Amino acid sequence: MTVFENLYVAAPALTAQAPILVVLAPLVGACAAALAPGARTGWVISVVTTLFAVWMAMAVAGEVARHGVVQYVIGGFAPPLGIAFRIDALGAGMGLLVSTMGFLGALYSGHALVSEIDTQKHTLFQAGYLLCVAGFLGLVFTGDAFNAFVFLEVSSIGTYALVAAGEARDRRALPAAFTYLIFGTVGATFYVIGVGFLYGATGTLNMADMAARLGTLGDSSAVQAGFAFIVVGLGLKAAMFPLHGWLPGTYSTAPSLVSVFLAAVATKAAIYLMARFAFDVFPQTTTFGGLFIKDVLAPLAAAGAIICSLQAIFETEIRRMLAFSSIAQVGFILLGFSLASAAGMSAALFYMFAHALMKTALFMALGALAISLRARRLDDLAGVAREAPWSVAAFGVGAASLAGVPLTMGFLAKWRLIDAALGAGAIWIVATLAIGSLLTLVYVGRMLEAMFFRAPPAGAARAKEAPVGVLAPLWIAAGLSIWFGIDASLPEAIADAGAAALFGAAR
Amino acid sequence: MTVERLADFLSNTNPGFFILAAALLVPLARDVVTRAIVMVGGPVVALVALINAEGLGMNLSTVQVLGLDLVLYRPDSLSFVFGLAFIIAAAIMGVYSLHRRDALQDSTAMIYAGAAVTAVFVGDLVSLFMAWELTAIASVFQVLAPRTRESGRAAMRYLFFQVASGMCVLAGVCLYAAAEGKTAFSQIAPSMAGLPVGVMDIGAPGAVLLLAGFGIKAAFPMVHNWLQDAYPKTTETGAVVLSAFTTKLAVYALARYFAGLDALIWIGAIMTVFPVFFAVIENDLRKVLAYSLNNQVGFMVCAVGIGTQLAVNGAAAHAFAHIMYKALLFMSMGAVLYRTGTTKASELGGLHRTMPWTTLFCLVGAASISALPLFSGFAAKSMVMSASHADPALFVVWLMLLFASAGVLEHSGIKVPFFAFFSHDSGKRPQEAPFNMLLAMGMAAALCILIGVAPGALYQFLPYQDSAIDYLATELWTTGHVLQQLQLLVLAAFAFMLLQWRQLYPAEQPGVIIDVEWIWRKGAPTLGDWLSRPLRRAGRGLAGLADGIGAGMAGAARQVFAPGGWVAAKVPSSGTAVLGLVILGIVLAIALFS
Repeated sequence: MTVFENLYVAAPALTAQAPILVVLAPLVGACAAALAPGARTGWVISVVTTLFAVWMAMAVAGEVARHGVVQYVIGGFAPPLGIAFRIDALGAGMGLLVSTMGFLGALYSGHALVSEIDTQKHTLFQAGYLLCVAGFLGLVFTGDAFNAFVFLEVSSIGTYALVAAGEARDRRALPAAFTYLIFGTVGATFYVIGVGFLYGATGTLNMADMAARLGTLGDSSAVQAGFAFIVVGLGLKAAMFPLHGWLPGTYSTAPSLVSVFLAAVATKAAIYLMARFAFDVFPQTTTFGGLFIKDVLAPLAAAGAIICSLQAIFETEIRRMLAFSSIAQVGFILLGFSLASAAGMSAALFYMFAHALMKTALFMALGALAISLRARRLDDLAGVAREAPWSVAAFGVGAASLAGVPLTMGFLAKWRLIDAALGAGAIWIVATLAIGSLLTLVYVGRMLEAMFFRAPPAGAARAKEAPVGVLAPLWIAAGLSIWFGIDASLPEAIADAGAAALFGAAR
Repeated sequence: MTVERLADFLSNTNPGFFILAAALLVPLARDVVTRAIVMVGGPVVALVALINAEGLGMNLSTVQVLGLDLVLYRPDSLSFVFGLAFIIAAAIMGVYSLHRRDALQDSTAMIYAGAAVTAVFVGDLVSLFMAWELTAIASVFQVLAPRTRESGRAAMRYLFFQVASGMCVLAGVCLYAAAEGKTAFSQIAPSMAGLPVGVMDIGAPGAVLLLAGFGIKAAFPMVHNWLQDAYPKTTETGAVVLSAFTTKLAVYALARYFAGLDALIWIGAIMTVFPVFFAVIENDLRKVLAYSLNNQVGFMVCAVGIGTQLAVNGAAAHAFAHIMYKALLFMSMGAVLYRTGTTKASELGGLHRTMPWTTLFCLVGAASISALPLFSGFAAKSMVMSASHADPALFVVWLMLLFASAGVLEHSGIKVPFFAFFSHDSGKRPQEAPFNMLLAMGMAAALCILIGVAPGALYQFLPYQDSAIDYLATELWTTGHVLQQLQLLVLAAFAFMLLQWRQLYPAEQPGVIIDVEWIWRKGAPTLGDWLSRPLRRAGRGLAGLADGIGAGMAGAARQVFAPGGWVAAKVPSSGTAVLGLVILGIVLAIALFS
């Protein structure tokens, strides 16, 4: 984080208000976009507000780097009664991730939406998108357990509408959105029930306050029940195997912009909140927390990493392949998480960043192809590298990163994860990672073989290269995957600082 | 401000990176002008960067990856001369390939050149290994480029040796780094600090493996044959590209880590001698050149082994000169191949009528490789000869080198141009080579003559500059020295004429010469075949079984994991709610009863 320490981002007066501005900018933007006169205006609003959010998130990161923890009291009501943002290095890192991905997505939406959504609905779509961005940003910044629920719902409500908008292209989007709505709500309800238990036991909703009181409270059954409801609810949101049933349908039928953003951010935000509760709010010494992580979370994550990779191998629809791959990758991230150490958490965070970038590139590339080609199955994309070399090359970069090819970020991510697992002596996790990586190689190989080396089927519709407006964000994501694969000092520093915020000690 | 930062960037970045970057642009360049800009521009930028390097003998660019300190850019006087030669060769190679567009071949050739330049300028073993491996992988595309079955097989054999070399280096680096905990060149040979060459303790763990890895790439005797096997099977440009970098990179690595290692003297001496015999009887002129390449690298290895200032200067100068004239010879043969479709001596002859320029350039190359005074070979090889002559203990080595020098004239200096362009008339009347080829050959020929006439131009870049200048002033142009060389050449030429006149010189005959390659090409498969017969019989039975099991397992896996399979059926999205409750129950139970 030292990168941000000496970086002059904004005037001090603005920096002081930065935490709320990060969230407010897309929220206000959402209202403005809904009222915007035309699709283009809506897009400009979306880009400008998300860019502003990135800027402010950097200002926040700078503050956090200088002061450790930033506390922002909303409306002058002091916590624990009032609601406050409490941002540590972990939150600041997540904020950077969410806002950057939000910006890339907004940039991408300019052209990509045209082929997928009726132009009339673009402004409403942008509003939903900005709402979603605002929700996730609030979620990672807030210091209040109930406020987190509110932001979770803000983002989710935006997402449900966005997924359903894929209906124009794929009718299956409607049932998928409904399924997502049901499970999203179940997850959020579990979470809020858990928070209710904790509120009953501690009498506070402020996370820091809650953590302090839980430390002195000892094991009461209300606290334990609260913990169980919270982690399972968030597990649903994070698509923790086997609670991932909503994810493949959602990712594969939503408009490509939504797939991009959800794959990059949604599950990660839930994992962030889970880490916040498991390692920060609840004392790390509780037996049930440790047992949950060791006996439930880790085996499920490993099972997910293997089983969903296998499902991806046998899948025929390319976006479903990527969706299953996402669940498997969540498994990898949770394996790092389950080490419950600074090294493990740092590796998991690094993996999140890597995965966000690679999946963004992959889904964006598919979206770029979808502009000219209605392809659902992998076989429909045979030989497409010849027609749209730039899009497919970026897809190749993302896929290489996914498979963990050296000089890509995915390689370093796997390396750090294995390093952390070896450091903790968890050989079975290393073995799971190795097997999972091999399986990843198989389905990545299938995709690349079809796209690069197979001859296109005779008489099939041909793809055209996507416009620059789509290629630019796509190549930013792909380029960053390579850049951070060579010089990973920035994401490493953020991941280490984030892990240190939870575990105290750096790697 | 911006200009300063750009200049700063240029002077602190490994020049190889610029060539690598240009290589990535090659597939995008479609018309000839753009291709010329990219393929020559990359090396030119690299050259500018090298000339403006911030300083010699310093770590200009370091990066930390996975806890390893990589020194990406550490130019010094040894790497400077090799890097300079590689960059110039890359530019010439770019010009030479302009007449046809083959994006794969051109871009991999540039990646190969860029990797070789990178390898020369990195300052530690780990980075060296990475660049080393990249040269191996990029270069194999040159052998694959003709896209024939034969070239494909040769490429696999070539790749085998290159990868074996890479594996040896990797294992050596790992062992050494694990035992000594240091990989930077400047730490490995601290006693030689300030001087460009280092002496690595051969007894150190992994050092022998490193030597073996370098040796395979330098085509040491018995592991030399990938060179003669692969080079003649490439396209007209491929051999030019391959001849410039691979073995010279190995010579550089040897000089860098093993200068003064006694074993190298004898290895080098043997390397200079034995290819002479093969070269004299070989019919394919490009294969003749490949053998003579082997022989020339022997001079350099021998000089590195001697390890005195004069010898190291000689190795570096010879490498530089050799890259130019060997590329020139391969280019002239490439032009012949391009126009006539063959380089077999028995099918050629009399081409000077219609390819006068190519003939002229080939003769310049031949004169250079034969070390005729006023051509580059003389300026370079003389130092190696003098270095071996200076030590009385190396008298036998000196004799071997002398014999080899005569042999070089025999096969490269006379045989190649004679059988291709003169000799009996084959009746072929091909067109003169394309302009870009002539231009490239002209550039190389000009360098050969420039170095021959004004050796100081090259000597000022040599690792031990003072020693080189001194040699130029006191020894190179002495009457005795020049006379001795002329005598040698006249005698060798006389021998050739005598043999040719008496029709004793091995006639140009189509045929296959059996070298140790036989072991790799026929022997190994035959032996393997014999050994593996019972295994195969057993294997066939097992394979049937395994196929059954494999198919069964794959089928089962498909049934379980495929869309609509068991997992999808048992874990439908609607089941997620139930599973959520189950897991909630488990977690609650753990929490409450722990």
